[in-house]
Amino acid sequence: MKKKVTNGLNVFAFLLPALLLFVGVLIAPIILSGYYSFFDWNGFGAKTFIGISNYKELFTSNAIGFLKALRNSLLLAFLSVFIQLPMSLGLALILGRNIKGERGFLSVYFMPVLISTVVIGQLWLKIYNPSYGILNVTLTKLGLESLTRTWLGTKETALWACFVPTLWQYVGYHMLLLYAGVKSVSPELREAAKIDGATNGQINRYIVIPGIKPIIRVSVIFAITGSLKSFDLIYVLTNGGPLHATEVPSTLMINMLFLRNRYGMGSTIAVMLIILCFAFALLINKIFKEDK
Amino acid sequence: MAEKTSASSFSLDSGKYEIQKTSKVGQVLVYIGLAIWTFVNLFPIYWMFTFSLKDNKEIFGENVAGLPKHWLWSNYTRALNTGHMLVYFKNSIIVAVATILITLIAALMATYAITRLTWKGSKAMNGFFMLGLTIPIHASIVPIYVQLSKMHMLNSYWALIVPYAAFSLAMAILICTGFMGDIPKDLDEAARIDGCGIWGIFFKIIVPLMRPALATIGIYTFLQCWNELMFANIFNSKDELKTLPVGIQALSGQYTTDWGPIGAALVVATFPTLLVYVFLSKKIQESFIAGAVKG
Repeated sequence: MKKKVTNGLNVFAFLLPALLLFVGVLIAPIILSGYYSFFDWNGFGAKTFIGISNYKELFTSNAIGFLKALRNSLLLAFLSVFIQLPMSLGLALILGRNIKGERGFLSVYFMPVLISTVVIGQLWLKIYNPSYGILNVTLTKLGLESLTRTWLGTKETALWACFVPTLWQYVGYHMLLLYAGVKSVSPELREAAKIDGATNGQINRYIVIPGIKPIIRVSVIFAITGSLKSFDLIYVLTNGGPLHATEVPSTLMINMLFLRNRYGMGSTIAVMLIILCFAFALLINKIFKEDK
Repeated sequence: MAEKTSASSFSLDSGKYEIQKTSKVGQVLVYIGLAIWTFVNLFPIYWMFTFSLKDNKEIFGENVAGLPKHWLWSNYTRALNTGHMLVYFKNSIIVAVATILITLIAALMATYAITRLTWKGSKAMNGFFMLGLTIPIHASIVPIYVQLSKMHMLNSYWALIVPYAAFSLAMAILICTGFMGDIPKDLDEAARIDGCGIWGIFFKIIVPLMRPALATIGIYTFLQCWNELMFANIFNSKDELKTLPVGIQALSGQYTTDWGPIGAALVVATFPTLLVYVFLSKKIQESFIAGAVKG
């Protein structure tokens, strides 16, 4: 049967609800954020146009400390890609090999993903509590009292202490994605390699990992953009403290908006975050393409 | 991971026989590794459940990690009543259900228009919606806050429902596209010959056949709004409208030195999700895979 072009009005009617939501809440606000970022504005009074002064200030002012916040979130991204993802990949490769108890392990490892980050943050606040937290209590009982710390209150350990719960929560997420990939590698290919005398290590290296590259790419993108956007856990654990040691762009943005009423500057940070997320997504895509 | 390294270090020039021997040791190491990671995953959750039933004396010294000696259910009544957890719970349910409904309707209709109707620009429209997968929620926080406060709509359920639905949309359309592609187009044709219009086809054929997709999208959307903090924290500051994540923050400020009720609140917020997970683990995992792998 020949395809007939559908009446435009009907198409529009079907698209209308989604378009209203999408344009109203995502697209128009991005444009507005970009617009606000060129103004000095307290949110309610008159706006003063100041060109790119907000951007200049953002990158040069030590008082705002955006570069420090950016460095912190990039460190989190680095740790996610080079500690969390290898762990996830290792688990996915092991579980993807039809070992006994595969489903059970998978379900347990994925569980933390479903728990609200606020709950996880509150839970780890208790774990890290300097006097009663299970971490210091255990260290003391093991006779390692010298290792006990005010984990979240010390500049040197705070960011690491924030990274550990992230790791705990998201290893299972990336593991699940990668596991789905490992499972989709054809079993015949695997068998054939085994008959040719390949070890598990070789099969993983030459067959499975190349086969799941597209998913590794997605995982890397999620890990990096997720770190750049990270907010919930840091907000609950330290809110950027002590002395900005765990400040990330999102906490800084909220700070600008709701403590200092600098809506122009807050928008500038939001715009930088959008640009960074897209830039990193493109960069990772490019790296993976060239690798082929 | 232990296994991986042991296998690759032997892979270069060792014979087959030797490999099998080492992989036995490797196998044991693998299970030890898996067991440790299982413990690391489960212990904090177990600890949360136990301290939600203890008093400070047990938590702070007598019985840090064991099962509670006296099961202190009053922690729960305190969290639910004086801690307002009951109200927060209700709010979270209202927001989640409304968000899911709106997301489903908008995504189903849009996906139908993009994948089943023939018109110029349907591909471009799909690409446009997929931009939503990369846009962080930070992008819209200032303009939406300003707009909501101008319209006096801060502190209402809608202040959360509409943004949540909008940010869930891209993923919902992505999942819908996958499922709708599995419905044979011959069905549309047959219905058209029987005199069905495009609205009839949509409601009588597509929507009923999309039930599995609805579950997948519903689960995914539910978790997004059940756990969201940033919008909820800023747009709704009144106690009677707070959702669980914000409510827990408020409650933990109220009970700083009293851990039992905080533990109870954490359990109340987590329990429904984990309970559903026990029964639907596969479906839930699939909903996460469906979103990411096709993207």
